[in-house]
Amino acid sequence: MKCQQCDKQAVFHITELEAGAVRELHLCEDHARTYLNQSEGGGGGASDEEGKPKGSGLAGALDVGQTADELAILDQRACDHCGITFFEFRNQGRLGCPHDYVQFEKELEPLIANIHGMIEHTGRRPSRGATAGSAEGAAAPLPEGTDELTGVICLRREMKEAISREDYEKASEHRDSIKAIEERWIPPLHKEG
Amino acid sequence: MKIDTLTHSIGEWLRGTGPESDIVMSSRVRLARNVANYPFVSRASEQDRLEVEKMLRDRIATAPVGRALEYIDVGHLQEVDRQLLVERQLISREHAEAQGARGVAIDVMEQVSLMINEEDHLRIQCMHSGLDLLGAWEQIKVVDDQIEKIVPYAFHPRFGYLTACPTNVGTGIRVSVMLHLPGLVITRQIDKVFRSLHKISLAVRGLYGEGSQAMGDFYQISNQTTLGRTEEELVQQVGDVVPVIIDYERRAREFLVRETQQNVHDQVSRAYGILRTAQTISAEETMQLLSRVRMGVLLGLIGDVKIADINALLVRTQPAHLQKLRGVELDTNDRNIERARYLRQYFEEGDAGNRSSVN
Repeated sequence: MKCQQCDKQAVFHITELEAGAVRELHLCEDHARTYLNQSEGGGGGASDEEGKPKGSGLAGALDVGQTADELAILDQRACDHCGITFFEFRNQGRLGCPHDYVQFEKELEPLIANIHGMIEHTGRRPSRGATAGSAEGAAAPLPEGTDELTGVICLRREMKEAISREDYEKASEHRDSIKAIEERWIPPLHKEG
Repeated sequence: MKIDTLTHSIGEWLRGTGPESDIVMSSRVRLARNVANYPFVSRASEQDRLEVEKMLRDRIATAPVGRALEYIDVGHLQEVDRQLLVERQLISREHAEAQGARGVAIDVMEQVSLMINEEDHLRIQCMHSGLDLLGAWEQIKVVDDQIEKIVPYAFHPRFGYLTACPTNVGTGIRVSVMLHLPGLVITRQIDKVFRSLHKISLAVRGLYGEGSQAMGDFYQISNQTTLGRTEEELVQQVGDVVPVIIDYERRAREFLVRETQQNVHDQVSRAYGILRTAQTISAEETMQLLSRVRMGVLLGLIGDVKIADINALLVRTQPAHLQKLRGVELDTNDRNIERARYLRQYFEEGDAGNRSSVN
C-alpha cells in the first residue's frame, strides 16, 4: 500500500478515533513522523502546512512529550499480561486485554478524557464483591478476584511458552494455577439434567 | 432452526408498532462486556475464542433472562444466512464478516440478542419497536444482571466496564433510535439537524450502524460518549432529543403537504408506480422508493397500502432475504430482477401469497 501523501510504501497504519468515528491513515515513515509530531504539539490544531491531516484523535490525545523518540520508547512498552505493545494498540485502535487499562492507565487517561470528556465511571458496577474492601476511601472497590482473573491471561501465555520449550512440568504448574483461580472466582454452573 | 423461520417472520424493528412509530422505527440499547480472564477478541488466540464462546454460550443458556433464547453458531453459517441476520439487525456486519468461533443468542421475538466474540466478548442488545428506550433499557438491565451473576466481567474502578476500544469504555452502553426522516431530507433541513446533534455529542449513522450509508431516509441517532455519566443519563440524553426531531419531521411533512402538495403527491405516486411495475431494481433504489411511499401513506396520499407491508418489504427486498425467500443463490443482476418480480407480485396480490405471515 502506498503512503496517502507520497509514492513511498506506507509503513504506518494509523487509526484515529475521532468522536466515535474511525479514520484510517496509511503513511510512510517521514509523513507519519510529521503527522504524529503535529498532533502531539498542537493538541489537534496542527498547522496546515502542505494541507496535512490534522491530528485531533488518538495520536493527538496522547500526552507523551513532543518528540518522535519519546513516542518510539512508549511504543515499545508491552502489557505484561497479553503482550500487546503500545504501538500495536495505536495502530489498531483496539486494546489487547483488560489489564492494558491498568498497565497503560497513565497513557490512556488523556485519550479517554479526549473521547469522553471525563475519566471517572459513574454508572453501574458489578455486584460481585462490591461491598468488599471499600475501606480505601475514595477509590471504588474492585470486584473480587479481578487481579487474579486477569492474571490468568498472563499465566495462559506463560503456559504456552513453557509448552513450546518443552518444559511440561512448568506448563502443568501453570495449568493448575489457572484452574484454581478460575474455580475460586467463577461460580460453577448448575445445569439441570 | 431457525434461519429459515426468520425469513418468513418479521423482526421486532420492522413491526411498525409502538409509540411514534410513524417516525421512530425502533429503539435499541446495547451493552459491551468482556470477561476478565481472557484477552480481548482481536488479541485472542483461536483456542481463547473457542473457550470464551463455550463459556458464554453455556452460561447464557442457564441465565434466567426472561426470554427463551436460541443459539446460532455464526461461525458455521453460510454467508447468506449470516447476511440475513445482519439485515435483521440481530448481528453486526463486523460479526458476520469476522473469523473464528462466534455466535449469537436471540429470542423468538427478536427483541433480545447476545453476540459472542464480536469486537467485545459479549454484546447484549435489546430492541423495541417504536419509541421505547426506557422499555429497552429496563429489559437489558435484567439480562445484564443475570449474566453478571455467573460471568466475571472485566471492570476497572475508575474506567468502569472495560472494552476493546476505549470509545466504549465505562458504561459500554450505546443507546440508539432508528428514525425515518423523509420530510427533513426533502426540505433539505437534515444536515442542519445533524450538525446540531453533533454539537451535543450525539452520533448519526445509517441503517446498519457504524460506517454505513444512510439509505432510504433512515437514520440512527445514538450517544457518542460512554464514560462519566450513568446509563440512565445516557438513555435520557438520546431520549430527550427524539421528541424534538419528531416535531421537526412532523412540521416538515406538514409543510410539504401545505405548500407543495402537488409535487409531493407526484413524487410518492411515481415512487409507488416504479415499485409496482419495474422489471429490475436495485436494493438501494427499492429502499429509497419504499421510503417515499411510506411517507405518502402516512400523509394520506396513497390509500391502499399498509405501513406494516412497507416495513416488511423494506427487509424482504434485501439481498439475503430475497435469496432465502426464493430458495436459491442469485447474483446481483438476477437479484434485481427477482426483487422487481417480488415487488410486483406483492402489490398485485394484496393480502394473498407472500404476505400470509405478516402480522
